[in-house]
Amino acid sequence: MSGLAYDVVVVGAGIVGAACAEECARQGLRVAIIDRDVIGGGATAAGMGHIVVMDDSEAQFALTRYSQQLWQQLRQELPADVEYEPCGTIWVATDEEEMAEVRRKQNYYAQRGVPTEVLDPQTLERLEPNLRKGMAGGLLVPEDVVLYPPCAARFLIERAQGAGAKLHLGSSVSQIGNGLVRLADGTEFSAAAIINAAGAWASALNPGVNVKKRKGHLAITDRYPGFIRHQLVELGYLKSAHSTSADSVAFNVQPRKTGQILVGSSRQYGAEHGEVDTGVLTRMLQRAQEYMPRLAELSTIRVWTGFRAATPDKLPLIGPCLGDPALFLATGHEGLGITTSLATARLLVDQIAGRNPAIPIEPYLPSRVPAEHAYA
Amino acid sequence: MPEPITVTVNGTSLAVPGGATVAVAIVLAGAACRKSVTGETRGPLCGMGICYECRAVINGQLHCRSCQIICQPGMEVRTDE
Repeated sequence: MSGLAYDVVVVGAGIVGAACAEECARQGLRVAIIDRDVIGGGATAAGMGHIVVMDDSEAQFALTRYSQQLWQQLRQELPADVEYEPCGTIWVATDEEEMAEVRRKQNYYAQRGVPTEVLDPQTLERLEPNLRKGMAGGLLVPEDVVLYPPCAARFLIERAQGAGAKLHLGSSVSQIGNGLVRLADGTEFSAAAIINAAGAWASALNPGVNVKKRKGHLAITDRYPGFIRHQLVELGYLKSAHSTSADSVAFNVQPRKTGQILVGSSRQYGAEHGEVDTGVLTRMLQRAQEYMPRLAELSTIRVWTGFRAATPDKLPLIGPCLGDPALFLATGHEGLGITTSLATARLLVDQIAGRNPAIPIEPYLPSRVPAEHAYA
Repeated sequence: MPEPITVTVNGTSLAVPGGATVAVAIVLAGAACRKSVTGETRGPLCGMGICYECRAVINGQLHCRSCQIICQPGMEVRTDE
């Protein structure tokens, strides 16, 4: 074999690929990580960095909770620039219908050991005085965390390198499969296992992989320390995030350790280009101002877009690719890749190394969803 | 010379010519506009609202571009936060 023979080659140095590489390297496997760009330059850099427990489905809950606990275990080792901040999430309810959802969610989390606190309007106003007056209340999930994803990805890559992994940046991959990764410049890597962690571009490498780009916009303000103290998300978010076709926006704001405020969010299918869509951006900012009127007084310094990797059933693809048992997928994390990256890595390496997984893996196996037919 | 007006910069009253920008008042007070993330003092550079180096707290509002705002009587300016 040549010098470019590995046990595992990971394609994609986003948070998911970084976590997979780190987990493989820690198992003593010889690992290479390849990215056409930089560490964490795709959805990892574009997203918010919210480690959040979600309950759209049992499988989503199991994966997000397991992964959140893995982040908690890693916390002491994270460098300061990862900006790990256990500020908690508040799900904001505007009316009694949404308060019923608050109580359902609290009950669901309580049965599964996740602490929460139902907030009455007065408590909500005290915790977040810049929210519009007259909210119905909210649900505080204190164990949710905010962090800065690109630095978290870099930290995981460095840990992988510390365990012997090799990093190849600036190399486009032209072909993967059958134990071989070929770069555009002709370099070839052979590997017992290949992990496609290319996010929204996974299907460009493996046609048929059922992920679609779901575009998002974010804005960030100048530094206003204390303006908000928790990640604040509207409960109506569930309605918009669940929709599988229409463009949607939702109130979703995040306090950064710098005092800056990330303002989101938007979701669009079928938008392939990265430019800012002013119509969507305007709707997104208007939605944010409906919840938080004083946002209008703050100075916004940047707006950008990114692409989530969305699957038909809102769960990631973690496991072997149909037709090539040596090719593994770790993609399709949509808006939860930062949260679920560590659990994804564990569940994938469990499969590669033949370990028993901590949670059932069946809901995440790629074989559960029909492959998308490649365009002729 | 236009009628002077009185503003407050970091708690100290100061008379400035009417029509002066807040950036001018800050300079007359001998203060810097703001501190960078790494603690360096900063002051007006472009004077036309582009560089954002002249930001100050005006009447409690953070990150105002002081070179673009005309002094009003009684205005409170802070550069030390």
